Amino acid sequence: MHKRTRLLAPIAITIVAIAATASPAGACGGLIGENGSIQLERTTTLAAWHDGVEHYITSFSFSGTGESVGSIIPLPAVPTKVEAAGQWTLQRLQREIAPPIEFAAGDARAASQAGAAEVILTAQVDALDITVLKGGGDEVGKWALDNGFFLTPDAPEVLDFYAARSPIFLAAKFDAARAAAQGLNGGDGTPIDITIPIDKPWVPLRILSLGLPGDTAVNADVFLLTDDKPDLIGGPGLRLDRSEAASSSLMTDLRSDRNTDWMPAHMWLSHLALDDAAQNVRYDLSVGTDRSGPTYVAAGRATNDLFGGAIVSVVHTELDERVTMVVGLLGALLLGTLIIGLSRRRHRNAA
Amino acid sequence: VKRIALAGLVLAIAVTPIVLMVMAPDPASGAGVETVDLSVHYSHFDRSEIHVKAGTTVRFVVHNDDPILHELIVGPPDVQQRHEDGTEPRHLPRPGEITIDPLTTNETTYVFTTPGSIEFACHLPGHHAYGMSSQVIVDP
Repeated sequence: MHKRTRLLAPIAITIVAIAATASPAGACGGLIGENGSIQLERTTTLAAWHDGVEHYITSFSFSGTGESVGSIIPLPAVPTKVEAAGQWTLQRLQREIAPPIEFAAGDARAASQAGAAEVILTAQVDALDITVLKGGGDEVGKWALDNGFFLTPDAPEVLDFYAARSPIFLAAKFDAARAAAQGLNGGDGTPIDITIPIDKPWVPLRILSLGLPGDTAVNADVFLLTDDKPDLIGGPGLRLDRSEAASSSLMTDLRSDRNTDWMPAHMWLSHLALDDAAQNVRYDLSVGTDRSGPTYVAAGRATNDLFGGAIVSVVHTELDERVTMVVGLLGALLLGTLIIGLSRRRHRNAA
Repeated sequence: VKRIALAGLVLAIAVTPIVLMVMAPDPASGAGVETVDLSVHYSHFDRSEIHVKAGTTVRFVVHNDDPILHELIVGPPDVQQRHEDGTEPRHLPRPGEITIDPLTTNETTYVFTTPGSIEFACHLPGHHAYGMSSQVIVDP
């Protein structure tokens, strides 16, 4: 059985749009309401970076009639503001890579069903209750349970995976009663814009596999909009499909959406496609900016910065793998030389 | 008198451990109680297999190192299946069946009477499929 997960993401404008198949345990964002009567159909995220500030835009769609449902997103740093985002930015970026295709209602694409943490920011956007948390995996997990979320069995490891790099998480909980009062219907999306001052942005990808069986396919389109052509580090299964100056029509459309005053007139568009089994998506996307290069640590692939923040000129995943292999071979060669040298020295001393 | 008292004290100190060892249940004999410490981390038990002698009463002390709920169900396949199919979110303290709250420790006992293999597992949604299943091998 293959459930499908779909993600769209642009960075420095990074958009992550996800649509996973309906599965009570298969949340793209991470958490699902315990009663399961409302399930996230799709989580769409936009992380935008310009001049030291990342705008991270996520849209939540819902269906069902239960009381509440929610999702969690790991963040690379503490946000300064959470507010309503524009209504068409995400859709416009999706159209940019597949302009001729019109999806009819009921389209067959998979939908995404499928100590104490410190609360540092709360906000309400339409029917969403937003809480930004600071804490380790245990603290955030406990907070989630105490606040009526159900965590899948892989959640403890995934929360620790993110907390080791940034102990900041955003929990979004849909209030179905408020949604009904506001006239929201099932399938309506609520986009939010999270403003995060940061020099070294990353886009969470591993979170897309949360709760999914290992052989479930995760398919994602990751869009990046940056000031310049970015250097990137991802992982196996992530490939760079497009890298070019964003068209003026795209920028005009995006800049005319709500709360996009920060967006410059010219940006670089990158499109990365993620297509791999959930068990292999164990990394994030690190994005280089003019202030900092991408790192394996930021991509969740190393616990210390072996590469010292060195800029990898291309993000290409295959090249990335070759770099890792070459470094590994060089390390093994160096270690072997040291061992042989020490052994000879010992023999000489003994003689 | 002092010498006798001192000799008695020394004798008592020397003999006490031997007496305690003789009185303590011998897990290998299958007649006593054996304590098994189990940890759960990232939704996996830290032991995949435990060996006991038939007739042993095992006291399971389970440490839940995760921020989520777990359970320990010890028993034959029909018991495991009942819990896999069931919807009971928490368990009353029955022998071999406990709920362990996040980041806490709980314990239960189970008597292993017949040689063979008995599963211990967690049947909260998705946990068994994720790998929360191990075996107690009951030796004759």
